[in-house]
Amino acid sequence: MDLRFGDGEPTDEERAAIDALLGPPRSSWEGAARDGTEAADLRWARGGREARDRRDLLLPGLHAVNDRIGWISEGALGYLCRRLTVPPAEAYGVATFYAMFSVRPRPATVLHVCTDLACAAAGADGLCAGVESRLGPGSGVSVERSPCLGLCERAPATLAIRAGDPVRTAVSAPATVEAAVRAAGAPDAAPEEPPAVTAVPQAGDPSLTLLGRVGVVDPASLDDYRAHGGYTALRRAFELGPAGVIREVTDSGLVGRGGAAFPTGRKWQATASRPDHPHYLVCNADESEPGTFKDRVIMEGDPYALVEAMTIAAYAIGAHTGYVYLRGEYPRATHRLRHAVDQARARGLLGDDVLGQGYAFDIEIRRGAGAYICGEETALFNSIEGYRGEPRSKPPFPVEKGLFGRPTVENNVETLVNVLPILTGGAPAYAAVGTGRSTGPKLFCVSGAVERPGVYELPFGATLGELLEPAGVREGLRAVLLGGAAGGFVRADELDIPLTFEGTREAGTTLGSGVVMAFDDTVPLPRLLLRIARFFRDESCGQCVPCRVGTVRQEEALHRIVERTGADAAGDVALLREVGRAMRDASICGLGQTAWNAVESAIDRLGAYE
Amino acid sequence: MTVTPLGIPRRLLEFTLDGEPARVPEGATVLDACRAAGRDVPTLCEGDTLTPKSACRVCVVEVEGSRTLVPACSRRAEPGMEVRTGTERVRHSRKVVLELLASCVDLSTTPRVSGWVKEYGAKPDRFGPDAARLDEEPRVDNDLYVRDYGKCILCYKCVDACGEQWQNTFAISVAGRGFDARIAVEHDAPLTDSACVYCGNCIEVCPTGALSFKSEFDMRAAGTWDESRQTETTTVCAYCGVGCNLTLHMQDNEIVKVTSPHDNPVTHGNLCIKGRFGYQHVQNRD
Ligand code: SF4
Ligand code: SF4
Ligand code: SF4
Ligand code: FES
Ligand code: FES
Repeated sequence: MDLRFGDGEPTDEERAAIDALLGPPRSSWEGAARDGTEAADLRWARGGREARDRRDLLLPGLHAVNDRIGWISEGALGYLCRRLTVPPAEAYGVATFYAMFSVRPRPATVLHVCTDLACAAAGADGLCAGVESRLGPGSGVSVERSPCLGLCERAPATLAIRAGDPVRTAVSAPATVEAAVRAAGAPDAAPEEPPAVTAVPQAGDPSLTLLGRVGVVDPASLDDYRAHGGYTALRRAFELGPAGVIREVTDSGLVGRGGAAFPTGRKWQATASRPDHPHYLVCNADESEPGTFKDRVIMEGDPYALVEAMTIAAYAIGAHTGYVYLRGEYPRATHRLRHAVDQARARGLLGDDVLGQGYAFDIEIRRGAGAYICGEETALFNSIEGYRGEPRSKPPFPVEKGLFGRPTVENNVETLVNVLPILTGGAPAYAAVGTGRSTGPKLFCVSGAVERPGVYELPFGATLGELLEPAGVREGLRAVLLGGAAGGFVRADELDIPLTFEGTREAGTTLGSGVVMAFDDTVPLPRLLLRIARFFRDESCGQCVPCRVGTVRQEEALHRIVERTGADAAGDVALLREVGRAMRDASICGLGQTAWNAVESAIDRLGAYE
Repeated sequence: MTVTPLGIPRRLLEFTLDGEPARVPEGATVLDACRAAGRDVPTLCEGDTLTPKSACRVCVVEVEGSRTLVPACSRRAEPGMEVRTGTERVRHSRKVVLELLASCVDLSTTPRVSGWVKEYGAKPDRFGPDAARLDEEPRVDNDLYVRDYGKCILCYKCVDACGEQWQNTFAISVAGRGFDARIAVEHDAPLTDSACVYCGNCIEVCPTGALSFKSEFDMRAAGTWDESRQTETTTVCAYCGVGCNLTLHMQDNEIVKVTSPHDNPVTHGNLCIKGRFGYQHVQNRD
């Protein structure tokens, strides 16, 4: 490789931010100050291979600069590239891929105002306008309209991020103009967020399995976690041995909760049996599906559960390193999980000799940087590896060639946490919950036009109505969005749909990631559909033509018919269908393949534009 | 002179192509098989010297058992696979993909595309006069080649050719995302401020004319570019001992651009700045 770095020099602060992550540079090759010892350097061509192996530190490096300065200058990018032996053009391509980074100067404080579905229904437009008029140019705050912040149960939501050392954040939800402006002005002084348990309306119900500890256990205390049954599942796992754990998980019938519903035991088995090593475990905690916040609530309320579950999964598949890819917009979850990982390591529950069993496993937390597409498993691998978060074409599948080209299991937070009750209660007991093909408990993120929004846990098989009943649907329910922006709408008279993978499929819809967003008849449907289309347009990675251009053409068509119906809209509805069909058939990944689902269902089931 | 290395013989595998049995060597792609069987499958991001990114999606075919269509250019043929290349479903996707592409970029210098637009009945105008287009000004920032991203279909070929697949210079990359994604050097600077070494290998692989010789760009602007009057002569580069093959494109007794045969087993169409652009001395008549 033949790299050329520009002339831009980092400022002292930029250099300090990067050195804090990577340690001081060891030679002028890497960008150390020239002090007359270069002759020695020339003979000592470090960098090369050793540095290239650290390409995966590119994303953390970009975060380090962005966190400290608020944006990434040419000098900072050049220095980071030099340190990691990454071509500047590629690093620029990576930096410009993520919404949370800026390569242009901007104020140190960015206020993200959510304008996505639940927030839009809760008045985000007014909030945004108010905030923008108060924080105009010169306020030192850059206001950015953001996709779902994962705080839908407290819509409308804002997140303020102030660059510095350390970076400071403040969530305001439900937000008023006053509160949001104050949080942006003084993130340190912002009132504390309500505890995670406020997002669990069923808290205290003894039948809760996955959410049972949220609000009961102190999320900062490992001892408290153990006092509440923590680490019994891992002990059981060590008794069973890796093959025994996989057998148990397979017998439980657990399928992935991210939407694709693939049998977890089979995935683990396929990876465990690959002869090439190392194997990796990746926990997808990127949760960017609009309307989803269950992973956040678990990580904030019961972080050790995820640490324990990951340890079990890694043990089963023979992995010694696990990555948690955590949404960049989740400061509290990041903080809590980081603390949990550190504590577990300090107490020998992670590290070279887990629980004294001679098994080595450790967890690295990687922050996403605002890209919904990184929830797609192969895009997530690229992102961790320091490349643009573009999905790879499959085959090969991750169980053969995943992270760093090695056999990898990727599971989301909810899937992993299910492993704990499987091991403590046994597979038969677990499989007895739910229905024959959808076993166990399931988390649903209920938001929108309901009295008690939040994360609900129900056994698979409950109907939509049974879920909405305790949540308290408001008068005039018009439609329910199932499965988030990639899912579909159902009508208010379809509440008897059973919430199982097979039941929703039979009803011509999908459970997706477990989003249940209720809309009453005050919400202008065409505007909602336009927001969904804009979301996909913004989040398309741009790699393939059907999605890159198709999402734009769909948004344009929806714009044209936002106030039209019947014959006036028919031409554009036909166009939407044609483009949508090609996107579903020919896009590389699930984003393009599902981008038209919600709008199609609104046309077909709700009669939007009729 | 073309030498095709034989390599170790590969086993043949059998599958079904449009209902007919087909046999291809192991490792062949569905596209290889289609071509061998005389099927015309449109392709844009596939190139004979690069691993395709499979990003354009015009080559999609139906494979029995697959939920979505699959790109013929990268999917390997498997024994027993059932492939269909001309179904309504396939034709629909190809048509829409061509419409989407042609509605946002200028395909006037992309070979073969107008034929496919006709064949698949694509109507790029139907997205209306306000449909977003790239419409970028050509970037003329050096004397050797021009980047006209208003014609770029983001096939990733130039990035791969400049990067790990050939040149190892990594001067360009895809920046931004979604519809705003563009090929760019770092900080979207002029090429002269980048790592580019002007080997022109990116021009060699560009399927659309988004990257072109300055000479070609100027002649097109002046209306004097006329391929029907051009002749091609393949010769050996005289600059150094490597001896790469050069194909000189001549119009009116002037060299108007230089390419290199892709089937050359050593260079596969790649050259350096001297071979690609150093032709002025040949026609220096002072
Ligand atoms: S479908 Fe969209 S997000 Fe997925 S690869 Fe294609 S452009 Fe990227
Ligand atoms: S001319 Fe060569 S070095 Fe320059 S961008 Fe093209 S491929 Fe890369
Ligand atoms: S410039 Fe040419 S080679 Fe590069 S991506 Fe665009 S169309 Fe492809
Ligand atoms: S936080 Fe605003 S829609 Fe989810
Ligand atoms: S030629 Fe196959 S996807 Fe582009």
